[in-house]
Amino acid sequence: MSSINRSKTKTPMPAQDPKKRSKNFDEVALGYTEEDAVNEARRCLNCKKPTCMEGCPVQVQIPRFIKHIAEKDFQSAINVIKETNSLPAVCGRVCPQEEQCEQKCILNKMGDSVGIGRLERFAADWERKQGIKAPKQTSQTNKKVAIIGSGPAGLTCAGDLVKLGYEVTVFEAFHEPGGVLIYGIPEFRLPKAIVKQEVEFIEKLGVQVKTDMVMGKVLTVDDVFQMGYDAVFIGTGAGLPKFMKIPGENYLGVYSANEFLTRINLMKAYSFPKTDTPVKVGKKVAVVGGGNVAMDSARCALRMGAEEVYIIYRRSEEEMPARKEESEHAKEEGIIFNFLTNPTRIIGDDKGWVKGIECIQMQLGEPDASGRRRPVPIEGSEFILDMDTVVIAIGTGPNPLLTKATEGLDLNKYGYIDTDENGKTSKEGVWAGGDIVTGSATVILAMGAGKKAAQSIHEYLQTK
Amino acid sequence: MYKILERKDLAPSIKQFVIDAPLVAKKAQPGQFIILRIREGGERIPLTIADYDTQKGTITVVFQEVGKTTKELGTLKAGDHLADFVGPLGQAVQFENHKKVLGIGGGLGVAPLYPKLKMLHQKGVEVTSIIGAKSADLLIMENEIKAVSNKTYICTDDGSKGRHGFVTVVLKELLEKGEKYDEIIIIGPPILMKIGTEITKPYDIPTMVSLNPIMVDGTGMCGGCRVTVGGETKFACVDGPAFDGHKVDFDELMKRLQTYKSEEKTAIDKHEGGGCRCHQ
Ligand SMILES: Cc1cc2nc3c(=O)[nH]c(=O)nc-3n(C[C@H](O)[C@H](O)[C@H](O)COP(=O)(O)OP(=O)(O)OC[C@H]3O[C@@H](n4cnc5c(N)ncnc54)[C@H](O)[C@@H]3O)c2cc1C
Ligand SMILES: Cc1cc2nc3c(=O)[nH]c(=O)nc-3n(C[C@H](O)[C@H](O)[C@H](O)COP(=O)(O)OP(=O)(O)OC[C@H]3O[C@@H](n4cnc5c(N)ncnc54)[C@H](O)[C@@H]3O)c2cc1C
Ligand code: SF4
Ligand code: SF4
Ligand code: FES
Repeated sequence: MSSINRSKTKTPMPAQDPKKRSKNFDEVALGYTEEDAVNEARRCLNCKKPTCMEGCPVQVQIPRFIKHIAEKDFQSAINVIKETNSLPAVCGRVCPQEEQCEQKCILNKMGDSVGIGRLERFAADWERKQGIKAPKQTSQTNKKVAIIGSGPAGLTCAGDLVKLGYEVTVFEAFHEPGGVLIYGIPEFRLPKAIVKQEVEFIEKLGVQVKTDMVMGKVLTVDDVFQMGYDAVFIGTGAGLPKFMKIPGENYLGVYSANEFLTRINLMKAYSFPKTDTPVKVGKKVAVVGGGNVAMDSARCALRMGAEEVYIIYRRSEEEMPARKEESEHAKEEGIIFNFLTNPTRIIGDDKGWVKGIECIQMQLGEPDASGRRRPVPIEGSEFILDMDTVVIAIGTGPNPLLTKATEGLDLNKYGYIDTDENGKTSKEGVWAGGDIVTGSATVILAMGAGKKAAQSIHEYLQTK
Repeated sequence: MYKILERKDLAPSIKQFVIDAPLVAKKAQPGQFIILRIREGGERIPLTIADYDTQKGTITVVFQEVGKTTKELGTLKAGDHLADFVGPLGQAVQFENHKKVLGIGGGLGVAPLYPKLKMLHQKGVEVTSIIGAKSADLLIMENEIKAVSNKTYICTDDGSKGRHGFVTVVLKELLEKGEKYDEIIIIGPPILMKIGTEITKPYDIPTMVSLNPIMVDGTGMCGGCRVTVGGETKFACVDGPAFDGHKVDFDELMKRLQTYKSEEKTAIDKHEGGGCRCHQ
């Protein structure tokens, strides 16, 4: 039996040096060594009532898997994780652990929590190095399910259903599956090779993935039923970019974060002209917003060669929704934060290029519906920052392409799909989950929704 | 992978491909477009559906070699494959109760004009067409257009065929003569559509144009294709590409098309210069 490690701080995560990494797209956090992992695992008290698990949306058996790591039985560790989480290499990297499992860890009261996410990542990476073996499942039910969208919600739902013996096809609009994991979250935070491997894994299980399928255009949900599918899961995400509706947003050099990140991540603009898709990143870049998407955009801009990158956020640092680790990393890399600042217009030159951004200073007023203090402008405090590029990362909405083309599907007033707690929609045989139901949330919540829906689809198809 | 079934060279830099894409062909309608990618690492580029055959499961596209991707596309032959071919995207055009329509196509714009006139012709609408190009050898699809028009005018900038001058000259004459149309369709370079819509405006004739901003996904998720129509921002890939020409901010469109000028030059220099030696 391994002895307990009483250190009050987490075993540090080896990371690339900030100076060096701000110039490359390689992964920032390098991952625990076996020694680091065992060391960290030995901090876990193996609680009888593990509060950490209450914080995990998919109920990973945290103390069980950590115990295996402490005992250097890494295979058993990953097996335990995979009982409930089909994408551990992804979650270990991008889950907001500080608000989920780690926040609820008992050690949090006396120092750092156990590095649950880091250990999860370690176990998943260890398994990948061994080469993952997936037994091909044979369809035992003669029933077919179609999954629309290959983000974490769709992939999880597909994986669970194929294991239950269904014939599963995933229809994805882009040329590559993975959703935000591929086109949004950058390489330096989540290497694309990992996402590819997760997709290959479910393909090995027998799931068919069809890319280039813009559903609602090439096929409707009703067409899918006509083709002999017995149920449909919609996991199309929240991919409609929001703009600020301020003057100057159509100047050259103004991007939505979706476009900016898609050009860089999915289309690999960082290898232009070796690859064919360009992106314009000037010397000075302003990113508007304070979430993960804004951090990712800013850090991408820096890596694309920008000299000064600003985050412009209308509330204060405390309210910033980005994961702490991400904003810390951004700061280390030299991103400049302008809090309590809101853009009022974008200024262009006579050729239509962005030249600057006019902002107004804000102060925090009364709390709003979300409980956060509402930022109010300070009259007359406008000032101008010179900029070459502006990236708007203030959130996304539901893309209506598929929902509009689907008869009998109830939406809420914002355009997201209405479902019951199991993801069942108003349309017979159709489930939905992930960001297209909840609005932009997290990878793990999307996965949770995919899981629930898979279970509910299974119950439905057994009685059909 | 999507197979190129047929290749036809319409003019020195203009090519026509027939592509095997049964699912796209099943849903295609006039006014819609596809997005293709030649290979891994390639750019996603939009091309209008110039014709489609639901029975055979094919889509016809016509493209002009203007930059790296279209030049590379021009090197492919029948039997070659494209990595990706996505569609049909965009809104189909709708014409209600039209009796008489004028269609104008400039340069490559003749290709996207064709499926619309074909549909109108099949519906029994009286179709007049004006098609033009820089010179006779660059004029495309003349026979196809004639086959679906009651009357066709041909113009060339250099006078090597038909009328000497721009298509807009004929447009002006027809309107001044008092010809009436339920709708006028103008498709071509933005400057042609801008001038054309300025000519039709005083006559109060609805004028449809088809816009070609730079696109990435073609599904409304990136916003790169935004255009201003009637003072509002629209995404051309999902709200268009056809719009009411009298409401379009063409100056903005023309500016936005310049966004990647220097990168486009880098790409083409590399393609034609030292980078790629595959055609030497
Ligand atoms: C830049 C960025 C950074 C983020 N960082 C984090 C993070 O650190 N941690 C975290 O937990 N969460 C993060 N998120 C949020 C998280 O990625 C999302 O909540 C999650 O991906 C939602 O999953 P989903 O399966 O619902 O949809 P998505 O991942 O959006 O996938 C939807 C898929 O459906 C496809 N699709 C859409 N329409 C159609 C159609 N009509 N036909 C066929 N296919 C279609 C799309 O192309 C896409 O592949 C981030 C998001 C972004 C954008
Ligand atoms: C809805 C739509 C339908 C179109 N239909 C046709 C068609 O039927 N035939 C045809 O020849 N062309 C068509 N185009 C234009 C065609 O997409 C561009 O010529 C092509 O993308 C140029 O790529 P390139 O690499 O060869 O040239 P580049 O050197 O990259 O660019 C040349 C010019 O093409 C435009 N362009 C560049 N990239 C894109 C892009 N991703 N999307 C749109 N435009 C771009 C720019 O204005 C640029 O100045 C259409 C465009 C749109 C938006
Ligand atoms: S899935 Fe996310 S929340 Fe759950 S244990 Fe892993 S890192 Fe924590
Ligand atoms: S609460 Fe913390 S210490 Fe307790 S089992 Fe969970 S991770 Fe280990
Ligand atoms: S091309 Fe991306 S929104 Fe139109």
